[in-house]
Amino acid sequence: MADLRAKQPKGVKLDHISKIYQDPKTGKDFYAVHDVALDIAPGSFVTLLGPSGCGKTTTLRMIAGFESPDEGEIYLGGEPINALTPNKRDTAMVFQSYALFPHYNVFDNVAYGLRLRHVPKQEIQRRVTDILKLVELSGMEQRMTNQLSGGQQQRVALARALVVEPGVLLFDEPLSNLDAKLRVQMRTEIRRIQQALGITAIYVTHDQSEAMSISDQIILMKGGVIAQMGSPMDIYYRPNSEFVADFIGECNFLKGRIGFSAGGLCKVQLPSGVVTVAYDHLRLDGSECEIVLRPEAITISDSGLLPCKVELSCFMGSYQNYHVRVGDTLVKITDNCPVNKKIFAVGDSAFISFDPDCAHLL
Amino acid sequence: MARSQSASLDRRKLMGDPIMVTTIVVLIAFLTVFILYPLAILLVDSVYGSKGLSLDTFARIFQMRAFRTAITNTLKVGLVVGILSTMIGLLFAYVEVYVKMRRAVGGLFKVVSMLPVVSPPFVLSLSMIMLFGRSGLITRFLLGIYDNNIYGYWGIVIVQTLTFFPVCYMMLKGLLKNIDPSMEEASRDMGASRWKVFTTVTLPLLLPGLGNAFLVTFIESIADFANPMLIGGSYDTLATSIYLQITGAMDKEGASAMAVVLLCITLAMFVVQKYYLERKTAATLSGKASRARMLIEDKSVSIPLTIFCSLAAIFVIMMYVCVPIGALFPTWGYKFTPLTFKWFQQVFTRYHGLQAFRDSFVLSLIAAPVTALLSMIISYLVVKRKFKAKGFIEAVSILAMAVPGTVLGVGYIRGFSGGLFHTGILQGIYGTGLILVIVFVVRSLPTGTRSGISALRQIDKSIEESAYDMGANSLKVFTSVTLPLIKDSFLSGLVTAFVRSITAISAIILLVTPSYLLITVQINEFAEKGAFSIACAFATILILITYGAVLLMNLVIKFFGTSKKMKEAE
Repeated sequence: MADLRAKQPKGVKLDHISKIYQDPKTGKDFYAVHDVALDIAPGSFVTLLGPSGCGKTTTLRMIAGFESPDEGEIYLGGEPINALTPNKRDTAMVFQSYALFPHYNVFDNVAYGLRLRHVPKQEIQRRVTDILKLVELSGMEQRMTNQLSGGQQQRVALARALVVEPGVLLFDEPLSNLDAKLRVQMRTEIRRIQQALGITAIYVTHDQSEAMSISDQIILMKGGVIAQMGSPMDIYYRPNSEFVADFIGECNFLKGRIGFSAGGLCKVQLPSGVVTVAYDHLRLDGSECEIVLRPEAITISDSGLLPCKVELSCFMGSYQNYHVRVGDTLVKITDNCPVNKKIFAVGDSAFISFDPDCAHLL
Repeated sequence: MARSQSASLDRRKLMGDPIMVTTIVVLIAFLTVFILYPLAILLVDSVYGSKGLSLDTFARIFQMRAFRTAITNTLKVGLVVGILSTMIGLLFAYVEVYVKMRRAVGGLFKVVSMLPVVSPPFVLSLSMIMLFGRSGLITRFLLGIYDNNIYGYWGIVIVQTLTFFPVCYMMLKGLLKNIDPSMEEASRDMGASRWKVFTTVTLPLLLPGLGNAFLVTFIESIADFANPMLIGGSYDTLATSIYLQITGAMDKEGASAMAVVLLCITLAMFVVQKYYLERKTAATLSGKASRARMLIEDKSVSIPLTIFCSLAAIFVIMMYVCVPIGALFPTWGYKFTPLTFKWFQQVFTRYHGLQAFRDSFVLSLIAAPVTALLSMIISYLVVKRKFKAKGFIEAVSILAMAVPGTVLGVGYIRGFSGGLFHTGILQGIYGTGLILVIVFVVRSLPTGTRSGISALRQIDKSIEESAYDMGANSLKVFTSVTLPLIKDSFLSGLVTAFVRSITAISAIILLVTPSYLLITVQINEFAEKGAFSIACAFATILILITYGAVLLMNLVIKFFGTSKKMKEAE
C-alpha cells in the first residue's frame, strides 16, 4: 500500500474563544461556549466530551468554520483562520448523520474532495482505492450509499474525509447512530487509522467510554466552559470536581474531614470511621473534604475498614453489584469475578475496604 | 456580551464568496424592482397626484356606487366559494382517506385533482355557458328552457367552486392522512359512534386546516379575473372593475386606488392564513400516522358517500370534456352533426393560431426554466444559508402569492410605462416580450419557491455542509449536491411554471401589446364575442399542450429522476 501517512498534521489552537447565542424563548443572550483555551498538538487525538448543550459541538463547528466565534481567535497550523469559510479551511469533518451524498456511489463520494482539488484522474483512482482498502471497503466502489450498512456508511464518511489529507480531522459524534457492538468496533478502527496516518483528530462525543478508549487527551466541558482536561487516566482517577467524577463512570463520594497527613498519605475522619487516602496536594488539618471512590476499587468482605449494611445484591454476570449503606451514605460496589467469592445477601452486615492509592481527594 | 465579532466574521466570510454575494444582490434587485416596486407605485400613484399628497382618488372611487357594489360582490362570492369549496373538498378528502372505495372511483378522484392544474383558468366558465347558457346543451335541448340566465352571481359561484375545490381536496387529504388512527380508535373504543368520532376528534383536529383551506380559496376567488370576466355578466367584482377602469374608463389613478384596495384585502387574508392558521395546522397535525387506518367498509356509509363524490367528479370531468367536444360541433347550439375539424382549421387559417401558440409557447418556455432555477436558488438560500437579507428574500417571494394578477398588471403599467418612477429608466422593456416573461416568472415564483423550500427541508443540512467542508464553494455545492438531490422538485417546478405561464391571463391581459398574440387572451376575446367554437378549439389545443408537458415531466422523472436511482438501490 502506498504511504498514506498525513503529509503534515496541523496543530489547532483555540485562543480564548467564546460563542454567544440568543435563547429563543427568553430572547436573552448566553454563552454557548465561554473562554475556551486549548492547544492541540499535531498528530494527537483530542476528544471534546460533555453532556448535551455543553458547547462541544459548537466548538467543533467553529473550528470547521460553520460558526463564527464572538471572542477569541482560532489558529490552524499557526495561521489565524477566523475569517476563512469552511471550504477554505484545511479541515475535514465526519458528520453524525454521515452526510453521504445519496446521488453518488461509494467511489464518487470518496472522490468528491479530490475532484474539487482537480487531482489528476489516475491519482484519484489510486488514492480512493488505497483509502477504501484502509477502511476495509475494497470492492464496494460501485455501491450506492443506501445499499450499505450503518457501519459501512460510517467507513465511507471516514474515507471521504481522510482522502483529502486534511490538516485536522473533525468528528461530530460519528458513532451515535450505530448499535452498541458496532460502536465499540468502529472506535477501535478509528483509533487504528488515526494512529496509522498520524493525523490530528478532534472528536466530539457524549459517551465517556468512547472518549476514554480513543483519546490521547480528553477535554470535559460543562455549560460552555472546560471543566477539566487531561489524559483519560488523569480524568478518571484524578477528577477535579464532583461533576467530572460523576460524568466519567460511576462514582462514590464520602464526606469527611482531613486529619493527620504524612508521606503522601493522609487520614480522613469519616462519620463511620477513619480511612487513609493518597493526596496530591496538601490541605489544612480539619478542613472538609470528599473522597472519590470508583465502585470497582472497593472490596466487600467480613472484615475491613468501614462497617456497612447490604441493601442490594445483584448478579450481573461478570460482576456482583452491591449497594451498601456506610453510615448515611449509599456506596456502590462492583465485585468482579464473583464466582469463587462469598456473596452477601440483602440485609447482611459486612465491611468495605479500599487501597489508599485508588481513592482520590476532592 | 456582544455578538459583534461573529457578525463581522460572518460578513467577512460572506464577502469572501463573490458568487453568493452577486446572487443575493441580483435577487434582491429583481424582487425589489419587479414585485415590491410595482406595488409601491400603486400606493404612491393613488395618494400623490398633481395636487400633491391627498386621499382624493380614494374618496372618488369610494363615491362610485359601482365600486362599492364590486367590493360587496367580491366578498360575497369569496365567502360562499370559500365555504362551498372547503366543504366539497373535505368530503372528497374524507372519502379518499377514510372510506374503502373501488379503484375506478380513486381514478376519478385523481383526474379531478389533476384537471384544474392543466387547464386554462376560464375553461369551466366556457363550458358552463355552453351547457347551461341560453343556448346551452342541457338547458335548451334537454330541458327546453330558453331563457336560463347563468351570467352573474350564481354563475361565478358555481364555476369558481368547481375550479377551486380540488385545491382544498388536496390540502385536506394531506392533513387527514397525518391524523393518527389510534386517536380515533381510542374514541370509538370508549363508545363513540362514527359520527361522534368525526365531530369530537377528526373535525376539531382538522379545524385550523379547514380555516386554512377556506382562506386560500377565498384569496383565489377574489383574485380570480378570468371567470368573473366571462360569466359575471354585469356582476362586477374588484378584479374586473379594475380591468374595466383601466381599459374602458382610461382612469389610471382610479384603477391604481382600486388595486390598492384589492391588494389590502388579499394581503390581510394572506397574513392571517400564513402566519396564524398555517402555523396552527402544523402544530396540531404535524405528526405521522403510526400505522395504516382501518377503512370504513360499512355500506350504509360508503355507498352514499362514494356515489355522491363519483357523481360530482363525473360532473366536473364532463364540464372539462365539453370543451374539446364543443370545438368539434359545426355550430354550437344549432347544428351538432357531422362533427368537423373546421374550427381547428380556422384557428390556424383565419385567426393567426400559429402565431398565438408560438408566442405563448416561446414566452412560457423562456419563463419556465428561469422561474424554476430562481425558485430553487431562493429555496436553497432560505433553507440552507444564513445571511441578513434572507428574511427579506423569503418574505417578498412568498408575498407575491397574495398579489392578484390584476393588481400586478396595473402596477406594471403604472410602474414601467413611463420607466422607473416615471424617469424613463427601464422604459424600454414596457410592451416587449421581456416584460411578459418577467410577469410569468413573478406569477409562478411563489408556488415554485414554496415547493422548493419544503423539498429542501427534507434534506439533511449536513450533506451540504460536508460538501462545503470538503472545499466546494457555494456554486459548486448548489450544482453538485443541492440541485441533483431536488431534481424531481426542480423538474416539476419547471413544468408547473410552464403550465402556469401558458395559461395565465389576469396580469398579462393588461400588458400584452398587439405585437404578441397570446392564446389565453385570444380565448378570452372569442368567448367574449360569443364565438365559443373557436374559443373551444383554442382551449383544446392549449389543454393538449399543457397535458403533454405534464406527461413529459412524469416520463422524465420516471427515467431520469434522482429518486428513481435511489429507490432502485433499496
